[in-house]
Formats: sequence, C-alpha cells, structure tokens
Amino acid sequence: MKRPILIKGRIWVLRDKQGRAIDDIDTDQIYHNAHLAITELEKMGQFALGNLSGWEDFPQRARPRDILVVGRNFGAGSSRQQAVDCFRSLGIALIIGESFGAIYKRNAINSGFPLLLCLGIVSQSGKVNSGVILEVNLSTGETYNHTTGQKIEGGEPFSRVQMEIYQAGDLFEYGRTILP
Amino acid sequence: MGKTVIEKIIARHSREEVAPGKVVWVDIDLRTARDFGGANVVEHLSRHYDKDRVANFSKTFFTFDCVAPANNIPYANNQQICRVFAQQQGIKVFDVDQGIGSHLLIDKGLCLPGYIAVGTDSHFNILGALGALGQGMGDVDIAFAFKTGKTWFEVPETIKVVVKGKLFPPLSSKDLTLAILKRLGSKGALGKAIEFCGEAIESLSLDGRITLTSMVTEMGGIAGFITPDHKVLDYCRARSGRGDIEAPMADPNAHHCQTIEVDITGLKPQISLPYRPSNVVDVEEVEGEKIDSVFLGSCTNGRWEDFKAVASLLKGKRVFGGVMFKAVPATKEVYGRLLREGLTEVLFDAGVILNSAGCGGCASGQVGMTGEGEVQLSTGNRNFKGKQGAGKTFLVSPATAAASALYGKITSPVKL
Repeated sequence: MKRPILIKGRIWVLRDKQGRAIDDIDTDQIYHNAHLAITELEKMGQFALGNLSGWEDFPQRARPRDILVVGRNFGAGSSRQQAVDCFRSLGIALIIGESFGAIYKRNAINSGFPLLLCLGIVSQSGKVNSGVILEVNLSTGETYNHTTGQKIEGGEPFSRVQMEIYQAGDLFEYGRTILP
Repeated sequence: MGKTVIEKIIARHSREEVAPGKVVWVDIDLRTARDFGGANVVEHLSRHYDKDRVANFSKTFFTFDCVAPANNIPYANNQQICRVFAQQQGIKVFDVDQGIGSHLLIDKGLCLPGYIAVGTDSHFNILGALGALGQGMGDVDIAFAFKTGKTWFEVPETIKVVVKGKLFPPLSSKDLTLAILKRLGSKGALGKAIEFCGEAIESLSLDGRITLTSMVTEMGGIAGFITPDHKVLDYCRARSGRGDIEAPMADPNAHHCQTIEVDITGLKPQISLPYRPSNVVDVEEVEGEKIDSVFLGSCTNGRWEDFKAVASLLKGKRVFGGVMFKAVPATKEVYGRLLREGLTEVLFDAGVILNSAGCGGCASGQVGMTGEGEVQLSTGNRNFKGKQGAGKTFLVSPATAAASALYGKITSPVKL
C-alpha cells in the first residue's frame, strides 16, 4: 500500500446561509462552463465552487489536505473532469458526502481522488461543522470527529475497484497492471 | 434470477458474470470525445502512452458540437489539437458543421440497438432511444477507452417506469419527460438504469424517444432504455445498411429493483422552473410571466419533429415584439431538411434567428447566454443557476416555447 488509508484533515461542510445541507450541487456550480477550455491542473483550483452561492471564496480559504463534506447528489450534471480536478488542484484530500452524481463518482475514482459515501453526515444535524478535524479510514469507512472524539456512523468503505485504482495512482496506471 | 435488458447488454460485452452492484470490465463498441473534453483526452493519451494511443480508430470519433464553430481562442485551440491528433491516428472527426455528436451516432447508423457507447457528453444516455447503452464520462475515462477499447462498469440496478395513459397534441414527449422527472426527482434514479414502458412510450417516434432518454441524466440515472419498435429498427437498418439488427430483450423473469407507475391521463403542458430541471409544474401555474428570449434546440429538442411543431405554430405569424427567438438544429441533416421543406422561410418570416447545427444554447454555446434579469424559455434539459448566463431559464416543450414566443409571456399551447 503506497497511498494513505487514513485521512485526517480540517473540514468544510457545504451548507447554505441558513445552515442547511446543499443538495444537487451541479458541475456548473462546482466549476463553471466558462472555464472549460482550461487543460492545466494548476490553473483549475482558483475556480472551484466559484458559482456556488456563498462559497465563491473557497479557493482562497481552503488549504491543502482539507476535507470537503457534501450533501446528496453532489456533482450532478455534466461529465467535466474539471469538477473533480479543481479540488485536486487545491490539494483537497477527500470529499465525503451523502451521495454523488454517477459520472462525478467515476471521474473521481478514475483520477485516484478519494471520494467516500457517508449517509447522514450532513443531513443529521449536529454531527459535523466546518472547522472540525475529521479522521476517515478509506478501507473500512470508519469516520471520527477527531475534535470531539465521536464516531460518525454511515461511512462506507471504498469499493474494490476504487481502492485498486487509488493505490495504483489513477486509471491509466491501474490499466497497466490488469490489462495485457 | 433473470436479467434486465441493461444487464443483458452489459453481459454481452463482458467475459465476467454480470449482476447488479458488481464491477465488470466491458468491451465498448464506440467511444467519442467532443471539442469539450477532447483536448484533455489527447493530453492524457500523449502523457501516458508512447505509441498505439488508440485501440481501434474505426470505433473512435471526435465530434465538435459544444462551441461550433469556435467563438473563442481556447476552444479553437482545443478543436485544432483534436484535429491534428485525429489526423495522426486516422480517427474521423465530425467537425463544427455536423451537429451534436450523440445524434450523429444515431443518424449515421454508427450506434445500433444493444451497443455500448461512451463519450464526453453527460447526455449520452440519449442512445437509449435506440435501445443502446450510452454513458457520459469524463476525459480520464474516455482517454482510457480510446486507448484500450474497454471500461469498467458497476452494473446498475434497473427501475421500471410504466407510463399509463396516452399523449395528445399539443402535448409532446417533452411534457411526458418533465412529468416523469417531476415524479422521480433529481435523485430518483441515482446510479441506476431506467427501463421505460407503457402505451405512451411505445407510441413515441425516434425523436420523441430521444427527448425522453436524454433527460435520464436529470433523473440521476446511468442509462435509460426504450425497446426499439419496428420503426426504430427499420431506421437503424436503413442508416447502417445492415439487415441483422434486432431489439435486445430482458429475460421474462427479469428483476427490477423498483417499479414506478406514472399516469399521464389528463396531463397538461409541463414546465421546469429555475434553477432545477426537476422543479416541474403545469405551464398554467406560471402563465402570463413575461419572457425576453426563447431557445429552440439542444440534444433534447433539436430534431426535425421539434422544429416542425414550432414552425406549424409560427407559420404566417410573428414572434412578439422584443422577444429574441434563437433556434439551433441538432444536426446538419435537420438543418438541410428545414431548408428543403421550406421551414427556414417560415421561421425567418416569424422573426426566428436560425443558427447552424450544434449544441447552441446549452453550456457556453454561441447563442445561449442570458443577461442579468433576462427570462428565457429553453427546450433544453438543464436550467441550473448560471449555466446559460445570468438570467433565469425555464425548460419547456417546443410547442410551449412557440406559443409563449407569440404572446411574449409564458403561454400554454393548449390556448392556441
């Protein structure tokens, strides 16, 4: 195992101004289509969440190794890889959430970017808030609020293919190991 | 236990045992990249592989539909990167004049019932209109598919949606589609496939089937499927020149994870309110709201039947003063037919701005951006905040778009 199984970091919880989880955040809110012609990873981070009301300054506030906590159907909409790459560009360590858009999930898995399902992490109030430290085990799904010491139920382990691609680095590297 | 039709299509492309939830490797029949995502695909291939960058050039295509022709330098550069790569590798490019890639796969006889096709287009499940499995993917996935001809799939469970009742004009497939989307919501089919059946589904033309399956994406679904009828099969046979095309079928004892009945008896024209496609109400609930612009087109409603429905309502009339009506045919073929059958003149006389084929008003296409405060009716599939500009976008059928354009306010086509 080359890459870390245990991820620990400060979290950002995507809630609106009233403190409610924001569901159905689509890829245009994550990475607007005005920037789609960009192909360099390092230039993508500055546009992360740039079209999500209240979160436009996320690229300035986020630090490498931070964790993003999201609600249901995060990454709905278009197939753009940049909606994953913009977080890789910022050095975000993990996105943990209630559910993900189908293409978004694939895109994250294929680029070896950790994405973990945890039902109820945002919608059940009082569990986590921005700023606390979360500790997540990718192979068991076990999730702890490190700040309070409380365990957070609902974390699902990586699927086999997800773990294999993650450990290989990305889909290209993984492909070399399994295909002739 | 019997397999659903989606499971059977996947099984036919895999050497592994197929069951819902299982990850299997499949051989892909067709893979494409657009001007959006295409340059990233080329970059991945160039970075990761020294040679043999494409497994099979005859199953691999570039389609330029997003910003066609390019109206900004980055898109122009990306298209050129794809053209140069395509030439080196012997890949066919459907260039900026041809129209929307997913439609070209259908109309050129490239995609057939039972096929698996992938592309950098999240509305690729449009291919379910033919009884094929289409999957939109990001550029990493597509680069890998270009190189290997393979991909991994987590076999989805299948929801059966049974539509009861019939559709009567002026209602069309879009109203039916929005009614189903309202019922399922944005997450109703998350990570799952949908099989559509019932009398109203069977009676849909190919164009109508395209409208419905395109919006499976907005229901969260991985793929939508409609069993091709004899008309669709004949279309595929004629377009591909192959006689051996049959409809894929589910096992008689197939297991669906859920069956949902949608009764459309008495259905009224439907409209999606900003900023969610699934935020659907009857048109009459918002009737009278003033509009500034209309967009006819997109992979959901840019076909011949859609244009015909609009032209028949606009014939001999003029769009309401001050309303900007933009129209973009899905393909060059539709554009050509509009010209030959006199519909361009009808649209022109009515005050419609007709553009060349492509995605047009969606994403950052040339004709679609709205200004602050602008109210737009679109026949497209998404009205997310900011997607088509700073204004508000409502999603409607072509008939509702035309009726509203004539009165300068949201108007049910039932009134005409």
